[in-house]
Amino acid sequence: MRKCYFDHAATNPLDKRVFDAMTPYFIENFGNPLSLYDLGTKAKEAIENARTQVAALINSKSSEIIFTASGAEANNFALRGIALARQNEGKHVIVSKMEHHSILNSARFLEKMGFVVTFLPVDKYGIVDPDTVKKSITKETTLISITHASSEVGTIEPIKEIGRIAKGKGIIFHTDAVAAAGNIPVDVKELGVDLLSMAAHQFYGPKGAGALYVREGMRIVPLIYGGIQENGRRAGTENVPAIVGMGKAAELAKNEMVDRIEQAKKLRDKLIKGVSSIENIYLTGHPENRLPAHASFTVEFIEGEAMLLLLAAKGIYAASGSACSSKALKSSPVLLSMGVSSNLAQGSIVFTLGTGNTEEDIDYLLSELPQVIKRLREMSPYAKGWGTKGESGECTVQK
Amino acid sequence: MKFVENVKADVTTDIVYMMCPMHLLKLEEKIKELDDGQILEIMTDYDGALEDIPGWCEKTGNEFLGMSETEDFYKFYIRKKVKQK
Repeated sequence: MRKCYFDHAATNPLDKRVFDAMTPYFIENFGNPLSLYDLGTKAKEAIENARTQVAALINSKSSEIIFTASGAEANNFALRGIALARQNEGKHVIVSKMEHHSILNSARFLEKMGFVVTFLPVDKYGIVDPDTVKKSITKETTLISITHASSEVGTIEPIKEIGRIAKGKGIIFHTDAVAAAGNIPVDVKELGVDLLSMAAHQFYGPKGAGALYVREGMRIVPLIYGGIQENGRRAGTENVPAIVGMGKAAELAKNEMVDRIEQAKKLRDKLIKGVSSIENIYLTGHPENRLPAHASFTVEFIEGEAMLLLLAAKGIYAASGSACSSKALKSSPVLLSMGVSSNLAQGSIVFTLGTGNTEEDIDYLLSELPQVIKRLREMSPYAKGWGTKGESGECTVQK
Repeated sequence: MKFVENVKADVTTDIVYMMCPMHLLKLEEKIKELDDGQILEIMTDYDGALEDIPGWCEKTGNEFLGMSETEDFYKFYIRKKVKQK
Protein backbone atom coordinates (compact mmCIF):
# COMPACT_ATOMS: atom_id res chain seq x y z
CA MET A 1 0.00 0.00 0.00
CA ARG A 2 1.14 3.49 -0.77
CA LYS A 3 2.28 5.50 2.28
CA CYS A 4 1.77 9.25 2.18
CA TYR A 5 2.92 11.31 5.11
CA PHE A 6 1.05 14.62 5.20
CA ASP A 7 1.70 15.52 8.84
CA HIS A 8 4.95 17.45 8.67
CA ALA A 9 3.64 20.04 11.15
CA ALA A 10 3.56 17.25 13.75
CA THR A 11 7.12 16.29 12.98
CA ASN A 12 9.50 15.50 10.15
CA PRO A 13 11.75 12.56 9.46
CA LEU A 14 15.40 13.31 10.10
CA ASP A 15 17.34 14.30 6.98
CA LYS A 16 19.97 11.63 6.29
CA ARG A 17 22.65 14.33 6.07
CA VAL A 18 21.62 15.55 9.53
CA PHE A 19 21.80 12.00 10.84
CA ASP A 20 25.33 11.64 9.43
CA ALA A 21 26.41 14.88 11.08
CA MET A 22 25.03 13.73 14.44
CA THR A 23 26.41 10.19 14.44
CA PRO A 24 30.00 10.92 15.59
CA TYR A 25 28.67 12.66 18.70
CA PHE A 26 26.97 9.62 20.21
CA ILE A 27 29.87 7.24 20.78
CA GLU A 28 33.09 8.58 19.27
CA ASN A 29 32.99 12.21 20.43
CA PHE A 30 30.88 11.65 23.51
CA GLY A 31 32.66 14.17 25.75
CA ASN A 32 31.00 16.67 28.04
CA PRO A 33 31.43 20.12 26.48
CA LEU A 34 32.55 21.46 29.85
CA SER A 35 35.45 19.02 30.14
CA LEU A 36 38.81 20.64 29.57
CA TYR A 37 40.47 17.79 27.65
CA ASP A 38 40.17 17.22 23.89
CA LEU A 39 36.96 15.17 24.04
CA GLY A 40 35.27 18.06 25.80
CA THR A 41 36.64 20.72 23.49
CA LYS A 42 35.50 18.72 20.43
CA ALA A 43 31.96 18.65 21.80
CA LYS A 44 32.14 22.32 22.75
CA GLU A 45 33.34 23.26 19.27
CA ALA A 46 30.53 21.24 17.72
CA ILE A 47 27.96 23.12 19.80
CA GLU A 48 29.43 26.49 18.90
CA ASN A 49 29.46 25.53 15.24
CA ALA A 50 25.77 24.59 15.50
CA ARG A 51 25.06 27.89 17.23
CA THR A 52 26.56 29.74 14.26
CA GLN A 53 24.49 27.66 11.82
CA VAL A 54 21.24 28.31 13.72
CA ALA A 55 22.05 32.02 14.05
CA ALA A 56 22.63 32.23 10.29
CA LEU A 57 19.15 30.80 9.65
CA ILE A 58 17.50 33.74 11.44
CA ASN A 59 20.18 36.40 10.86
CA SER A 60 21.20 36.78 14.50
CA LYS A 61 24.54 36.71 16.29
CA SER A 62 25.52 33.26 17.50
CA SER A 63 25.79 34.61 21.07
CA GLU A 64 22.07 35.38 20.89
CA ILE A 65 21.09 31.71 20.52
CA ILE A 66 20.23 29.64 23.62
CA PHE A 67 19.71 25.94 22.95
CA THR A 68 16.72 24.29 24.63
CA ALA A 69 15.23 20.82 24.51
CA SER A 70 12.16 21.83 22.49
CA GLY A 71 10.17 24.65 20.99
CA ALA A 72 7.78 24.38 23.93
CA GLU A 73 10.65 24.93 26.35
CA ALA A 74 11.79 27.95 24.37
CA ASN A 75 8.25 29.36 24.57
CA ASN A 76 7.98 28.74 28.32
CA PHE A 77 11.41 30.26 28.82
CA ALA A 78 10.56 33.37 26.82
CA LEU A 79 7.25 34.06 28.49
CA ARG A 80 8.18 33.36 32.08
CA GLY A 81 11.75 34.55 31.75
CA ILE A 82 10.85 37.99 30.41
CA ALA A 83 7.66 38.53 32.43
CA LEU A 84 9.53 37.77 35.65
CA ALA A 85 12.60 39.76 34.69
CA ARG A 86 10.48 42.84 34.08
CA GLN A 87 7.81 42.47 36.72
CA ASN A 88 8.94 45.57 38.58
CA GLU A 89 8.13 47.62 35.48
CA GLY A 90 4.69 46.11 34.98
CA LYS A 91 2.68 42.94 35.13
CA HIS A 92 0.72 42.94 31.89
CA VAL A 93 1.41 40.48 29.09
CA ILE A 94 -0.27 40.31 25.67
CA VAL A 95 -0.67 37.07 23.70
CA SER A 96 -3.11 36.03 20.98
CA LYS A 97 -5.74 33.33 20.96
CA MET A 98 -3.85 31.72 18.07
CA GLU A 99 -0.96 30.67 20.26
CA HIS A 100 0.30 27.16 20.90
CA HIS A 101 -0.47 25.65 24.30
CA SER A 102 3.11 26.25 25.42
CA ILE A 103 2.37 29.99 25.18
CA LEU A 104 -1.25 29.90 26.34
CA ASN A 105 -0.51 27.76 29.38
CA SER A 106 2.60 29.76 30.27
CA ALA A 107 0.37 32.84 30.13
CA ARG A 108 -2.16 31.15 32.41
CA PHE A 109 0.67 30.31 34.80
CA LEU A 110 1.63 33.99 34.83
CA GLU A 111 -1.99 34.88 35.60
CA LYS A 112 -1.81 32.65 38.66
CA MET A 113 1.30 34.54 39.71
CA GLY A 114 -0.62 37.80 39.65
CA PHE A 115 0.06 38.97 36.10
CA VAL A 116 -2.72 40.30 33.91
CA VAL A 117 -2.83 38.65 30.48
CA THR A 118 -4.72 39.89 27.42
CA PHE A 119 -5.66 37.12 24.99
CA LEU A 120 -6.12 38.94 21.69
CA PRO A 121 -8.92 37.95 19.32
CA VAL A 122 -8.21 37.12 15.67
CA ASP A 123 -10.17 37.56 12.46
CA LYS A 124 -11.74 34.78 10.39
CA TYR A 125 -8.37 33.95 8.85
CA GLY A 126 -6.67 33.78 12.22
CA ILE A 127 -4.85 37.06 11.76
CA VAL A 128 -3.98 39.25 14.73
CA ASP A 129 -4.75 42.87 13.90
CA PRO A 130 -1.72 45.06 14.76
CA ASP A 131 -4.13 47.84 15.65
CA THR A 132 -5.77 45.62 18.28
CA VAL A 133 -2.31 44.93 19.71
CA LYS A 134 -1.69 48.67 19.90
CA LYS A 135 -4.99 49.30 21.67
CA SER A 136 -4.34 46.55 24.22
CA ILE A 137 -1.07 48.07 25.41
CA THR A 138 -1.20 49.64 28.87
CA LYS A 139 1.43 51.34 31.02
CA GLU A 140 1.91 47.96 32.70
CA THR A 141 2.63 46.01 29.48
CA THR A 142 6.11 44.51 29.41
CA LEU A 143 5.79 41.67 26.91
CA ILE A 144 3.90 40.82 23.73
CA SER A 145 4.04 37.31 22.28
CA ILE A 146 2.44 36.51 18.93
CA THR A 147 3.00 33.37 16.90
CA HIS A 148 4.84 33.83 13.60
CA ALA A 149 2.70 31.25 11.84
CA SER A 150 0.02 28.87 13.02
CA SER A 151 0.77 25.19 12.59
CA GLU A 152 -2.95 24.54 12.74
CA VAL A 153 -4.30 26.82 10.04
CA GLY A 154 -1.07 27.93 8.39
CA THR A 155 -1.74 31.65 8.64
CA ILE A 156 1.33 33.88 8.78
CA GLU A 157 0.93 36.77 11.23
CA PRO A 158 1.95 40.41 10.60
CA ILE A 159 4.98 40.12 12.87
CA LYS A 160 6.89 43.01 11.33
CA GLU A 161 4.04 45.46 11.95
CA ILE A 162 3.54 44.25 15.53
CA GLY A 163 7.30 44.42 16.06
CA ARG A 164 7.29 48.09 15.07
CA ILE A 165 4.48 48.82 17.53
CA ALA A 166 6.24 47.00 20.36
CA LYS A 167 9.52 48.75 19.67
CA GLY A 168 7.82 52.14 19.57
CA LYS A 169 6.40 51.53 23.03
CA GLY A 170 9.55 49.96 24.47
CA ILE A 171 7.85 46.62 25.00
CA ILE A 172 9.65 43.31 24.59
CA PHE A 173 8.34 41.28 21.65
CA HIS A 174 8.54 37.51 21.36
CA THR A 175 7.40 35.37 18.47
CA ASP A 176 6.83 31.65 18.47
CA ALA A 177 8.42 30.76 15.14
CA VAL A 178 8.36 27.00 15.66
CA ALA A 179 6.22 26.45 12.56
CA ALA A 180 7.97 29.16 10.55
CA ALA A 181 11.71 28.96 11.20
CA GLY A 182 13.40 26.70 8.68
CA ASN A 183 10.29 26.67 6.49
CA ILE A 184 9.97 30.30 5.42
CA PRO A 185 12.59 33.07 5.55
CA VAL A 186 12.87 34.37 9.12
CA ASP A 187 15.07 37.38 9.85
CA VAL A 188 14.99 38.65 13.43
CA LYS A 189 16.25 42.08 12.43
CA GLU A 190 13.71 42.54 9.70
CA LEU A 191 10.90 41.26 11.93
CA GLY A 192 12.00 43.45 14.83
CA VAL A 193 11.60 40.74 17.44
CA ASP A 194 13.50 40.56 20.72
CA LEU A 195 12.95 36.84 21.24
CA LEU A 196 12.10 34.00 18.88
CA SER A 197 11.46 30.30 19.50
CA MET A 198 12.24 27.47 17.12
CA ALA A 199 12.34 23.67 17.04
CA ALA A 200 14.73 21.50 15.01
CA HIS A 201 12.29 18.72 14.11
CA GLN A 202 10.17 21.22 12.20
CA PHE A 203 12.92 21.46 9.57
CA TYR A 204 14.27 17.90 9.35
CA GLY A 205 16.39 18.12 12.48
CA PRO A 206 16.08 15.86 15.51
CA LYS A 207 13.38 15.96 18.16
CA GLY A 208 14.59 17.16 21.54
CA ALA A 209 16.40 20.19 20.13
CA GLY A 210 15.07 23.73 20.16
CA ALA A 211 16.43 27.22 20.53
CA LEU A 212 15.46 30.60 21.83
CA TYR A 213 16.89 33.71 20.23
CA VAL A 214 17.36 36.41 22.87
CA ARG A 215 18.47 39.78 21.56
CA GLU A 216 21.81 40.88 22.96
CA GLY A 217 21.63 42.78 26.23
CA MET A 218 18.27 41.41 27.36
CA ARG A 219 17.79 40.11 30.86
CA ILE A 220 15.93 36.83 31.17
CA VAL A 221 15.23 34.71 34.24
CA PRO A 222 16.39 31.14 33.61
CA LEU A 223 13.89 28.31 33.57
CA ILE A 224 16.48 25.75 34.61
CA TYR A 225 19.12 26.54 37.22
CA GLY A 226 22.34 24.66 37.62
CA GLY A 227 25.62 25.00 35.84
CA ILE A 228 27.16 27.42 33.40
CA GLN A 229 25.88 25.87 30.19
CA GLU A 230 24.42 28.28 27.64
CA ASN A 231 26.16 31.16 29.37
CA GLY A 232 24.42 30.41 32.67
CA ARG A 233 20.97 30.83 31.14
CA ARG A 234 19.98 27.21 30.60
CA ALA A 235 21.66 24.66 32.80
CA GLY A 236 22.08 20.95 32.11
CA THR A 237 24.62 18.98 30.12
CA GLU A 238 23.97 19.76 26.49
CA ASN A 239 22.36 17.21 24.16
CA VAL A 240 25.36 17.45 21.85
CA PRO A 241 24.17 15.16 19.00
CA ALA A 242 20.76 16.89 18.92
CA ILE A 243 22.32 20.35 18.92
CA VAL A 244 24.72 19.32 16.14
CA GLY A 245 21.71 17.99 14.25
CA MET A 246 19.80 21.22 14.72
CA GLY A 247 22.76 23.16 13.38
CA LYS A 248 23.10 20.96 10.30
CA ALA A 249 19.34 21.04 9.68
CA ALA A 250 19.38 24.84 9.95
CA GLU A 251 22.23 25.05 7.43
CA LEU A 252 20.39 22.80 4.97
CA ALA A 253 17.11 24.65 5.44
CA LYS A 254 18.82 27.96 4.72
CA ASN A 255 20.57 26.66 1.61
CA GLU A 256 17.60 24.77 0.20
CA MET A 257 14.75 27.01 1.33
CA VAL A 258 13.90 28.53 -2.04
CA ASP A 259 13.56 25.13 -3.72
CA ARG A 260 11.68 23.60 -0.80
CA ILE A 261 9.17 26.46 -0.77
CA GLU A 262 8.65 26.28 -4.52
CA GLN A 263 8.04 22.53 -4.44
CA ALA A 264 5.74 22.74 -1.40
CA LYS A 265 3.64 25.56 -2.85
CA LYS A 266 3.11 23.66 -6.09
CA LEU A 267 1.87 20.57 -4.29
CA ARG A 268 -0.10 22.53 -1.71
CA ASP A 269 -1.98 24.51 -4.34
CA LYS A 270 -2.85 21.33 -6.19
CA LEU A 271 -4.05 19.79 -2.91
CA ILE A 272 -6.15 22.80 -1.93
CA LYS A 273 -7.69 23.02 -5.38
CA GLY A 274 -8.55 19.33 -5.40
CA VAL A 275 -9.89 19.11 -1.85
CA SER A 276 -11.90 22.32 -2.16
CA SER A 277 -13.86 20.79 -5.03
CA ILE A 278 -15.46 18.33 -2.58
CA GLU A 279 -18.82 19.59 -1.33
CA ASN A 280 -19.05 21.34 2.02
CA ILE A 281 -15.36 21.58 2.69
CA TYR A 282 -13.85 24.90 3.68
CA LEU A 283 -10.27 26.03 3.69
CA THR A 284 -9.20 27.36 7.09
CA GLY A 285 -6.60 30.06 7.57
CA HIS A 286 -5.56 32.70 5.10
CA PRO A 287 -5.89 31.70 1.44
CA GLU A 288 -2.62 33.37 0.35
CA ASN A 289 -0.72 34.48 3.40
CA ARG A 290 -0.06 30.99 4.69
CA LEU A 291 2.80 28.55 5.18
CA PRO A 292 3.89 27.11 1.82
CA ALA A 293 3.42 23.49 2.87
CA HIS A 294 0.17 23.95 4.76
CA ALA A 295 -3.36 23.01 3.72
CA SER A 296 -6.10 22.91 6.37
CA PHE A 297 -9.84 22.43 6.09
CA THR A 298 -13.02 21.87 7.98
CA VAL A 299 -15.31 19.20 6.66
CA GLU A 300 -19.01 19.52 7.39
CA PHE A 301 -21.03 16.86 9.21
CA ILE A 302 -18.19 14.51 10.18
CA GLU A 303 -15.45 14.31 12.76
CA GLY A 304 -11.79 14.91 12.00
CA GLU A 305 -10.72 11.92 14.09
CA ALA A 306 -12.83 9.53 12.04
CA MET A 307 -11.34 10.88 8.83
CA LEU A 308 -7.83 10.42 10.21
CA LEU A 309 -8.48 6.77 11.06
CA LEU A 310 -9.96 5.90 7.69
CA LEU A 311 -7.22 7.79 5.85
CA ALA A 312 -4.54 6.07 7.93
CA ALA A 313 -6.05 2.72 6.90
CA LYS A 314 -5.27 3.79 3.34
CA GLY A 315 -1.71 4.81 4.23
CA ILE A 316 -2.48 8.53 4.35
CA TYR A 317 -1.29 10.31 7.47
CA ALA A 318 -2.79 13.68 8.37
CA ALA A 319 -3.81 15.63 11.47
CA SER A 320 -6.90 17.15 12.97
CA GLY A 321 -6.34 20.38 14.84
CA SER A 322 -3.35 20.53 17.10
CA ALA A 323 -2.14 17.28 18.59
CA CYS A 324 -3.38 18.07 22.09
CA SER A 325 -6.87 19.20 21.16
CA SER A 326 -7.11 16.15 18.94
CA LYS A 327 -6.27 13.81 21.84
CA ALA A 328 -8.58 15.61 24.24
CA LEU A 329 -11.41 15.35 21.68
CA LYS A 330 -12.06 19.03 22.08
CA SER A 331 -12.88 21.50 19.37
CA SER A 332 -9.75 23.33 18.40
CA PRO A 333 -9.52 26.59 20.39
CA VAL A 334 -7.74 28.15 17.41
CA LEU A 335 -10.66 27.42 15.06
CA LEU A 336 -13.16 28.59 17.67
CA SER A 337 -11.25 31.84 18.08
CA MET A 338 -11.52 32.33 14.30
CA GLY A 339 -15.28 32.15 14.63
CA VAL A 340 -15.73 28.60 13.33
CA SER A 341 -18.71 26.94 15.04
CA SER A 342 -17.82 24.16 17.46
CA ASN A 343 -19.62 21.59 15.30
CA LEU A 344 -17.69 22.52 12.21
CA ALA A 345 -14.43 22.75 14.15
CA GLN A 346 -14.81 19.05 14.99
CA GLY A 347 -14.39 18.30 11.30
CA SER A 348 -10.94 19.83 11.13
CA ILE A 349 -8.32 18.19 8.96
CA VAL A 350 -4.78 19.41 8.34
CA PHE A 351 -2.37 18.29 5.62
CA THR A 352 1.19 19.52 5.92
CA LEU A 353 3.62 18.65 3.17
CA GLY A 354 7.31 17.89 3.17
CA THR A 355 10.28 17.38 0.89
CA GLY A 356 9.42 13.70 0.53
CA ASN A 357 5.96 14.31 -0.97
CA THR A 358 5.31 14.01 -4.70
CA GLU A 359 2.53 14.87 -7.12
CA GLU A 360 1.56 11.20 -7.09
CA ASP A 361 0.99 11.49 -3.33
CA ILE A 362 -1.43 14.35 -3.90
CA ASP A 363 -3.19 12.40 -6.67
CA TYR A 364 -3.55 9.44 -4.34
CA LEU A 365 -4.99 11.64 -1.58
CA LEU A 366 -7.40 13.29 -3.98
CA SER A 367 -8.61 9.89 -5.15
CA GLU A 368 -9.11 8.50 -1.64
CA LEU A 369 -10.38 11.47 0.39
CA PRO A 370 -13.75 11.91 -1.37
CA GLN A 371 -14.57 8.24 -0.70
CA VAL A 372 -13.64 8.54 2.98
CA ILE A 373 -15.79 11.63 3.37
CA LYS A 374 -18.68 10.06 1.48
CA ARG A 375 -18.56 6.94 3.65
CA LEU A 376 -18.45 8.92 6.88
CA ARG A 377 -21.24 11.24 5.79
CA GLU A 378 -23.42 8.24 5.00
CA MET A 379 -22.93 7.06 8.58
CA SER A 380 -23.21 10.50 10.16
CA PRO A 381 -26.44 11.40 11.92
CA TYR A 382 -25.70 14.97 10.93
CA ALA A 383 -25.42 14.25 7.22
CA LYS A 384 -28.24 16.64 6.43
CA GLY A 385 -27.10 19.32 8.84
CA TRP A 386 -25.98 19.70 12.42
CA GLY A 387 -29.57 19.82 13.66
CA THR A 388 -29.03 22.86 15.81
CA LYS A 389 -30.85 25.83 14.47
CA GLY A 390 -28.54 28.61 13.49
CA GLU A 391 -25.44 26.47 13.30
CA SER A 392 -26.31 24.32 10.33
CA GLY A 393 -24.18 25.20 7.40
CA GLU A 394 -22.95 28.38 9.00
CA CYS A 395 -19.38 29.03 8.20
CA THR A 396 -17.20 31.99 8.74
CA VAL A 397 -14.17 30.61 7.03
CA GLN A 398 -13.17 31.01 3.44
CA LYS A 399 -14.46 28.48 1.02
CA MET B 1 31.89 46.52 52.46
CA LYS B 2 33.03 49.63 50.68
CA PHE B 3 30.23 51.61 49.01
CA VAL B 4 31.02 53.98 46.16
CA GLU B 5 29.08 56.42 44.03
CA ASN B 6 29.49 57.77 40.51
CA VAL B 7 32.27 55.45 39.44
CA LYS B 8 32.84 55.76 35.71
CA ALA B 9 33.26 52.27 34.29
CA ASP B 10 34.98 51.52 30.99
CA VAL B 11 33.02 48.31 30.46
CA THR B 12 29.75 47.13 31.96
CA THR B 13 28.55 43.55 32.09
CA ASP B 14 25.02 42.61 33.04
CA ILE B 15 24.63 39.18 34.63
CA VAL B 16 21.42 39.83 36.55
CA TYR B 17 19.47 36.55 37.09
CA MET B 18 22.57 34.45 36.51
CA MET B 19 23.70 32.32 39.39
CA CYS B 20 27.01 31.04 40.77
CA PRO B 21 29.55 30.60 39.27
CA MET B 22 28.66 32.96 36.41
CA HIS B 23 29.66 36.00 38.51
CA LEU B 24 33.23 34.72 38.73
CA LEU B 25 33.46 33.33 35.21
CA LYS B 26 32.18 36.54 33.63
CA LEU B 27 34.39 38.59 35.90
CA GLU B 28 37.46 36.67 34.78
CA GLU B 29 36.42 36.77 31.11
CA LYS B 30 35.70 40.49 31.09
CA ILE B 31 38.80 41.49 33.06
CA LYS B 32 40.91 39.66 30.48
CA GLU B 33 39.38 41.83 27.74
CA LEU B 34 40.11 45.09 29.58
CA ASP B 35 43.27 47.17 29.27
CA ASP B 36 45.40 47.60 32.38
CA GLY B 37 43.92 50.17 34.75
CA GLN B 38 40.46 50.12 33.16
CA ILE B 39 37.37 49.74 35.32
CA LEU B 40 34.78 46.98 35.02
CA GLU B 41 31.25 47.30 36.33
CA ILE B 42 29.35 44.07 37.05
CA MET B 43 25.61 44.14 37.59
CA THR B 44 24.35 41.08 39.48
CA ASP B 45 21.59 40.10 41.86
CA TYR B 46 23.52 37.07 43.13
CA ASP B 47 24.13 37.48 46.89
CA GLY B 48 27.19 35.27 46.83
CA ALA B 49 28.95 37.97 44.83
CA LEU B 50 29.12 40.14 47.96
CA GLU B 51 31.83 37.89 49.33
CA ASP B 52 33.19 36.36 46.16
CA ILE B 53 34.00 39.43 44.08
CA PRO B 54 36.11 41.22 46.74
CA GLY B 55 37.70 37.83 47.53
CA TRP B 56 38.52 37.20 43.86
CA CYS B 57 40.08 40.66 43.56
CA GLU B 58 42.28 40.05 46.59
CA LYS B 59 43.40 36.70 45.21
CA THR B 60 44.15 37.96 41.72
CA GLY B 61 45.60 41.35 42.60
CA ASN B 62 42.94 43.39 40.81
CA GLU B 63 41.63 46.37 42.74
CA PHE B 64 38.16 46.17 44.24
CA LEU B 65 36.91 49.73 44.15
CA GLY B 66 33.61 49.09 45.91
CA MET B 67 29.97 48.56 45.17
CA SER B 68 26.62 50.30 44.99
CA GLU B 69 23.14 48.94 45.30
CA THR B 70 19.96 49.53 43.31
CA GLU B 71 16.51 48.22 44.15
CA ASP B 72 17.03 45.06 42.08
CA PHE B 73 20.74 44.36 41.90
CA TYR B 74 24.25 45.21 43.01
CA LYS B 75 26.94 46.95 41.00
CA PHE B 76 30.54 46.00 41.64
CA TYR B 77 33.51 48.02 40.41
CA ILE B 78 36.88 46.44 39.73
CA ARG B 79 40.01 48.11 38.36
CA LYS B 80 42.25 45.83 36.34
CA LYS B 81 45.72 45.58 37.81
CA VAL B 82 48.57 47.28 36.02
CA LYS B 83 51.31 44.83 35.18
CA GLN B 84 54.76 45.70 36.63
CA LYS B 85 57.27 46.46 33.91
